[in-house]
Amino acid sequence: MANTDKNSYTVLFATGMVLIVGTLLAFVASSLKEKISENKRIEKQQNILYAMGVNDNEDGSVAFVSKKIVGSEFSKYITKQIVIEGDKVTENNEAYLIDLKKEEAKAKNKSYTRKLPLFIGQKEGEEFYIVPMRGKGLWDAIWGYVAIDNQLIVQGVYFDHAGETPGLGSNIKERFFMDDFIGEHIFDGDVFKGIAVIKGNADPKNLNKTDFEVDAIAGATITGTGLATMFKKDLEMYVPYLKTLKK
Amino acid sequence: MGLLSKKDAKLITDPLADNNPITIQVLGICSALAITAELKASIVMSIAVLFVLGVGNVIISLMRNIIPSKIRIIVQLIVVATLVIIVDLVLKAFAYELSKTLSVFVGLIITNCIIMGRFEAFALANGPWRSFLDGIGNALGYGVILIIVGFFRELLGSGSLLGFKVLGDSIEKTGVYAYGYENNGFMLLAPMALITLGIIIWVQRSRNGALIEEN
Repeated sequence: MANTDKNSYTVLFATGMVLIVGTLLAFVASSLKEKISENKRIEKQQNILYAMGVNDNEDGSVAFVSKKIVGSEFSKYITKQIVIEGDKVTENNEAYLIDLKKEEAKAKNKSYTRKLPLFIGQKEGEEFYIVPMRGKGLWDAIWGYVAIDNQLIVQGVYFDHAGETPGLGSNIKERFFMDDFIGEHIFDGDVFKGIAVIKGNADPKNLNKTDFEVDAIAGATITGTGLATMFKKDLEMYVPYLKTLKK
Repeated sequence: MGLLSKKDAKLITDPLADNNPITIQVLGICSALAITAELKASIVMSIAVLFVLGVGNVIISLMRNIIPSKIRIIVQLIVVATLVIIVDLVLKAFAYELSKTLSVFVGLIITNCIIMGRFEAFALANGPWRSFLDGIGNALGYGVILIIVGFFRELLGSGSLLGFKVLGDSIEKTGVYAYGYENNGFMLLAPMALITLGIIIWVQRSRNGALIEEN
């Protein structure tokens, strides 16, 4: 047996170990990559449908339409997907696959016109305009989908996060928080206001739908502020288009 | 157990009861509190730890003579981390929703003290077969407690088991809810996991006097 206490042996062992482990992990990751991205694609469809009220919700918990039927439900309810680039609006059936994170990074270059995906859904004769958004929580990214009707009133939202504190910030994806957004106005006349997440709200039962506020989650101030910022900042980019909707 | 010698069988049975990693050694408490609000998450976490600890113990045991002692903790950490990343990727590919519920906790297996503890205390000094049994035994001991706690928390907190509403519907007021029973939302919070765990320890110690320390 080699002398395992020698420095040269230690270095050699560490190098070998790193090589073996690295190869193994790279192999596993690349062989599962397709399945994982397929799961993420399905999740996006579920999220978009959830925001426009196509879900299996009951009893206060969040329930998406099942994985098996999400594909057909998505093509049934989402009638049109468009991409807004400045004044140009084009139809694109894969708009939901646009990576908001990459678009945001590209948009730092002033000469780049950001691609803004928008999903138009129809349910029971009502039209929904679903806007995807992405922002910063306390620990990591947060994102969501907001469904607006042609009166520019919020009809449903779905929020999710990568790593907010369990039991505090992570509650942004709970019904008691998300359902508060339903019915809220985002425009004061012609002026875009967004929706703020407010502590010590004068309207904790959320009866006033034109105050541009929802009640915050205790212990999740930074997540809540991040969410409101995301809501305002990302929705604002769609304002020129949204204004053309209101009849 | 005809397959195993008496000594080997003890490696499996001891951690299940009188040398349980959670209730006796008080290791792995963090995950026992965090993920036991639902029975399903408890079961999955137990299976993940079973895999990581069983395989990890064998790997460490096979390498025990070639691991340089100066970097042995780092080597152990790499073995756990690799196994955990594999578990995480497999969950993401085959049980995506579950991997979202477990989210950060899968990563936390890396820091689960039971795993490093068994590597250091057992696998480094024993052969692969005995290490495997020790790993399985300890993971089962951990899993049993997780599942007991998860069972009570989901039953009393949400009135369901594995998502099935076994006590009736709390909104429609059927089953036991018809008699005025209410779910105890407090059971879903971490403090009640600690109290449930405390009760398990209490029951165990009152049944086996040898476990009580003298002062």
